[in-house]
Amino acid sequence: MKYMLLLRFENNTGPAEGTPEFDAEMAQWGEVMGELGKSGAMIAAHGLDTEATATTLRVRNDEALVSDGPFAETKESFFSYIIIDVPDLDTALEWAKKMPNVTYGSVEIRPLSAHEQDA
Amino acid sequence: MTEADEAIERAYREEWTALLATLAGQLGGDVGLAEEAAADAFAAAVAEWPTRGVPSRPGAWLTTVARRRAIDRLRREATRSAALDRLETLMRDDDTTEPEPLDRSGVHDDRLRLLFTCCHPALALEARVALTLRVVGGLEVAEVSRALLTTETTMYQRLVRAKKKIKTAKIPYRVPDADELPARLHGVLHVIHLVYTEGHVASSGDDLVRVDLCREAIRLCRLVVELMPDDAEALGLLALLLLTDARRPARTDANGLPVSLEDQDRGRWDQALIAEGTKVVERALGSRSPGPFQVQAAVAALHAEAPHWDATDWPQIAALYGELSRMAPSPVVTINHAAALAMADGPQVGLAVLHTIDVDDRLDRYQPFHATRAELLARAGDTEGAAAAYDRAIELTDNAAERAALEARSRRALRS
Repeated sequence: MKYMLLLRFENNTGPAEGTPEFDAEMAQWGEVMGELGKSGAMIAAHGLDTEATATTLRVRNDEALVSDGPFAETKESFFSYIIIDVPDLDTALEWAKKMPNVTYGSVEIRPLSAHEQDA
Repeated sequence: MTEADEAIERAYREEWTALLATLAGQLGGDVGLAEEAAADAFAAAVAEWPTRGVPSRPGAWLTTVARRRAIDRLRREATRSAALDRLETLMRDDDTTEPEPLDRSGVHDDRLRLLFTCCHPALALEARVALTLRVVGGLEVAEVSRALLTTETTMYQRLVRAKKKIKTAKIPYRVPDADELPARLHGVLHVIHLVYTEGHVASSGDDLVRVDLCREAIRLCRLVVELMPDDAEALGLLALLLLTDARRPARTDANGLPVSLEDQDRGRWDQALIAEGTKVVERALGSRSPGPFQVQAAVAALHAEAPHWDATDWPQIAALYGELSRMAPSPVVTINHAAALAMADGPQVGLAVLHTIDVDDRLDRYQPFHATRAELLARAGDTEGAAAAYDRAIELTDNAAERAALEARSRRALRS
């Protein structure tokens, strides 16, 4: 069963860059991603740049509307995704629990669509 | 009632949960399909038993029919490999000869799996309650919607959404691992407690249905205790429900008005339920792993053994509420703690504890907070403060019977 983990955190929460806590969290990320890689459950994972660097495009009435920023202003910014293949939701939840941002941000666990499951 | 009707009703009471649990196991945890197939089988029984007679083994007959109906349903939707897999499993199990005796060897685990799946935290709480009543309890959708005060359409949609989520998000059909079990079991007990409270607090709706809900909660709790006999909190919840239910005959007067614990005719309490509840709470406490449900059951047991209000062991009840506020702190627990302390050590002590609560908007709209405060202020001699608190409590009550009772208490307190 394939799931995408959508990792989010609220700006200005969690450890600040340059603090020992930040370094400790980075080490934790390294550990959990290493474990995920070794387990064979990981299909893909990428971190994203900040929402300040995002551009959104909409085409309406044949006109392209390009705007600055993400598609929706939310309190939590989406900073990374991971796609895993695991037996069931409980296993996906266990991986989600290991993500360091879960203590101050959130991890959404979304199954890929049925069509993608069999792919 | 004809013999067939009786047999169908008995089978429904005795076989529903086992049938559904077995089917869900054979269908790879597809609770939704299992429920549809089980309902199909009962519909077939309603159609066939009155004319063809009741089969010698109703449970086995229902299982066989339900399995065939599940196969039919899967054939109709067999476009995806998952459905095909399940279909193959089922076809292997299905012999078209005489129905086999129902295999009960795995049913114990299957029922537990069913309960944990319906109470999975990935489902919304209201969906967990509805699913547990429908799937584990076997209530009809119409009954569930009446009990939970929604329309049948809303309830039907809620159930469909929940079953769809179980399937598409692949909520596993299993009992959680040992390290997750306590937390997940607490979730199951919480759902059962909610079902009971829903029936106990007759905020509105049809009273008879509410009684059914209380009975159903006790039945579900007995099931959990039967399946996990060593869990102290499951025993604690069962004791709490039995001891609370024992007071039900005395909770309303001849006109249907609520009667407070203080004024209840204790002769109307159900002594058989009290005896059983007391035995269960002792068994729970004997295992030396305390928890919030056991503490609440111990409080209920102390009320049950007092021959009248003035004989209540208030110091002990206050101590238990103190314990509960450490285990599971909440404003509601603090209010109860304050009320018990006031009875044990005087109204000033109770008021002091009440004043430690940070009153936010939600609590300010919580009627028992104001009712308790009014009571303690009146007993402390602050007539003016009590009158204001009573007015606020009355203003927050939308149940006419309860309002009348509060107004009477207010008049009584302010006269003395």
